[in-house]
Amino acid sequence: MSTGQIEAASERPKVSPLYDPRVRSIAFQVILCLVIAFVVYEAAANAVENLRRQNIATGLGFWNNAAGFPISQSLIDYSEQYSTYGQAFWVGLLNTLLVAVIGIVLATMLGFTMGVARLSKNVLVAGVARWYVEIVRNLPLLLQLLFWYNAVLKALPDVRESAKLPFSIFLNNRGLYAPRPDPQPAFDFVWLALAIGVVVTVAFRYWARKRQEKTGQQAPVGWVTLAMIVGLPLVTYLALGRPLNFDIPQATRFNIGGGMVLQPEFLALLFGLTIYTGAFITEVVRAGILAVSHGQTEAAFALGLRPNQTTKLIIIPQAMRVIIPPLTSQYLNLTKNSSLAVFVGYPDLANVFTGTVLNQTGQAIEVVGITMLVYLTISLGTSFAMNIYNSRKALVER
Amino acid sequence: MTATDASSFPTPRTDPGPAYVSRATLQPSPPPASTVGPWAWMRTHLFTGPVNIALTIVIALLLAWAIPPLLRFLVIDAIWTGQNREACIYTPDRTVVGACWAFVTDRAAYFTYGSYPMAERWRVNVFFALLAIGVVWLLNLKAPRRDIGGIYFFVVLPIVSYILLVGAPWLGLRTVETNLWGGILVTIVCSAVGIVVSLPLGIILALGRRSTMPAAKLFSVIFIEFVRGVPLITVLFMASVMLPLFVPYEFQPDKLLRALIGIALFAAAYMAEVVRAGLQALPRGQYEGAMAMGLSYWQMMGLVILPQALKITIPNIVNTYIGLFKDTTLVVIVGIFDFLKTIEAARIDPTWGAPTVSATGYVYAAVFYFICCYLMSSYARGVEARLARADKR
Repeated sequence: MSTGQIEAASERPKVSPLYDPRVRSIAFQVILCLVIAFVVYEAAANAVENLRRQNIATGLGFWNNAAGFPISQSLIDYSEQYSTYGQAFWVGLLNTLLVAVIGIVLATMLGFTMGVARLSKNVLVAGVARWYVEIVRNLPLLLQLLFWYNAVLKALPDVRESAKLPFSIFLNNRGLYAPRPDPQPAFDFVWLALAIGVVVTVAFRYWARKRQEKTGQQAPVGWVTLAMIVGLPLVTYLALGRPLNFDIPQATRFNIGGGMVLQPEFLALLFGLTIYTGAFITEVVRAGILAVSHGQTEAAFALGLRPNQTTKLIIIPQAMRVIIPPLTSQYLNLTKNSSLAVFVGYPDLANVFTGTVLNQTGQAIEVVGITMLVYLTISLGTSFAMNIYNSRKALVER
Repeated sequence: MTATDASSFPTPRTDPGPAYVSRATLQPSPPPASTVGPWAWMRTHLFTGPVNIALTIVIALLLAWAIPPLLRFLVIDAIWTGQNREACIYTPDRTVVGACWAFVTDRAAYFTYGSYPMAERWRVNVFFALLAIGVVWLLNLKAPRRDIGGIYFFVVLPIVSYILLVGAPWLGLRTVETNLWGGILVTIVCSAVGIVVSLPLGIILALGRRSTMPAAKLFSVIFIEFVRGVPLITVLFMASVMLPLFVPYEFQPDKLLRALIGIALFAAAYMAEVVRAGLQALPRGQYEGAMAMGLSYWQMMGLVILPQALKITIPNIVNTYIGLFKDTTLVVIVGIFDFLKTIEAARIDPTWGAPTVSATGYVYAAVFYFICCYLMSSYARGVEARLARADKR
């Protein structure tokens, strides 16, 4: 067999370049690039011209200028007089992360509870879960936030008539007053004990899994985890003589002193985000559980597993594979939706930066650009981690 | 057991057999009393085991605690007529005030049209009617000539609506500035523009993302991932404060147009991902078959791939529109009076300063959004069920 024949057969037929797919493809892409380059160039030229005309400074020089505006809630030191726009940025970012992290934890708990309830045989339980999902998912988040803020939290009695809850918690239209934990220096050892507990647990679980794969013997993983993560810090805490005091809020005649205050803005945003995202997580969990076919349960029973073993070893691991990717995108949605803080006045990144800082500096391109970049980093970082997770957990087919 | 039930059993044999063989066919005995009837239903659905009994009791108590006051507030103690706040405030002989529906009926026109001039409001009504025709035509899968319906919805309707709402002096229609628009009109305009622009743009982006041309793919991926990675609020801010910087000074877009551009671009990125999922769901054989028939790229897409891909994507497209419809509430941030903003504005207006006005306004808004979104999601579920039936054969 001569190679010449094959070469002759694979040679492209002579066509006019006008109809050659490769020529067409390259021409199209060149035109596309030129059009986009032209649009970008025009936009940049217009921006330079408009900025010059309106006398707006450019660049990131404003970052170290004094901010001169107060922020109602801050996790780091921030003062109206001395702090810079850069510090305001960090305050806003931390506030965004704070509400997002707490919201994610609460929404996950709510969503998993409701997702299981949605599949309950008890019609009342299933009905409540179903109508929760139907109502919450069909109303705009903004409407829910305004409702929680204006119609619930702002409508609470004022300070003098605070509602008194157990554990010295007070609720009024200025927020929720709760005891503030005040750790003594010795409390650091409790943190240390917790860290040791976590490390030991991880190592023990790894060892137990290896041993079970090799010998089939099971280790009491659950009890060891409980003892290490809860027991060890607790014993340390008691042994050191309870090095944790509480600053308890005291109701005086006109005000409440001491303790810590959760502002109504924060609470409204947290409630709104938790309840809204919780409804979406409910549906994710329900779909995930339903995705595990009934044959899996039957096969597990046939092998002699008990119902709770079936749930733990067969159903949950397979349901989690379906649940986790959409769950992550719900977490991202919650983080992005926390930018609705603007509407209730919670000082998150969008509120502090695209709100106040943008108004004061007028540097729209830089300020909006930085804000977008932060959200983009969070989103892309999470999806990147998700892709790695997915490729590890995906079903390996023959 | 009735006679018809018995007749379905084989007729008893006629020849007398041995005496120990029964002549009559035995009727099946009824199920045990413990498994039928309302009592058994309650046992299996409400009172299985101690945990379920406890849950049932707790939920029943909660419902009994929550529903009567809610009904009292919304219906029994509600105030239905009145001209201003006097109707809904506390007076010595009216110590309980329920929902203030008088507020909603009084400001209903404002909630629907915003400040659109009274004399021109018929134009808005005509627009609503034209839009309704387009939506029914396009969504009813059995409607005749849905191809013309598509052209009507995506080409004719936008042009006619623009002339109708903005005005055309050469037709005798007075120009109405967009800063007078408001209420349901703006909410509908925002979502309609989002729908009309985002579907074609989303299809192009999805095709670009699946294209073999690296440049087209790169630009599509960058656009889609960028827009999906940031909150809508920042996109609206970008459209509202950055867009004016990027266009020539003499040609500043008006406020509503800026928000519409923001919404349309945002929706397009999400639509692109929905369409891409539909494209990926089609088996390769469809592409290969179309290419083997000698169809060009656009013929293949237009005649073979997109009709199938879009059909299976309809439920997801509708779900995206539900999200878009809810998201239009965020245009408030750039100073546009959408439906929710008109309620906010009316609720703090001193003319109607009464204790329950805010709650009533929110309930009204909730009912409006709930009905719209519920209808859309029911439609999506219906189409999904229909497609599932078609797949089963």
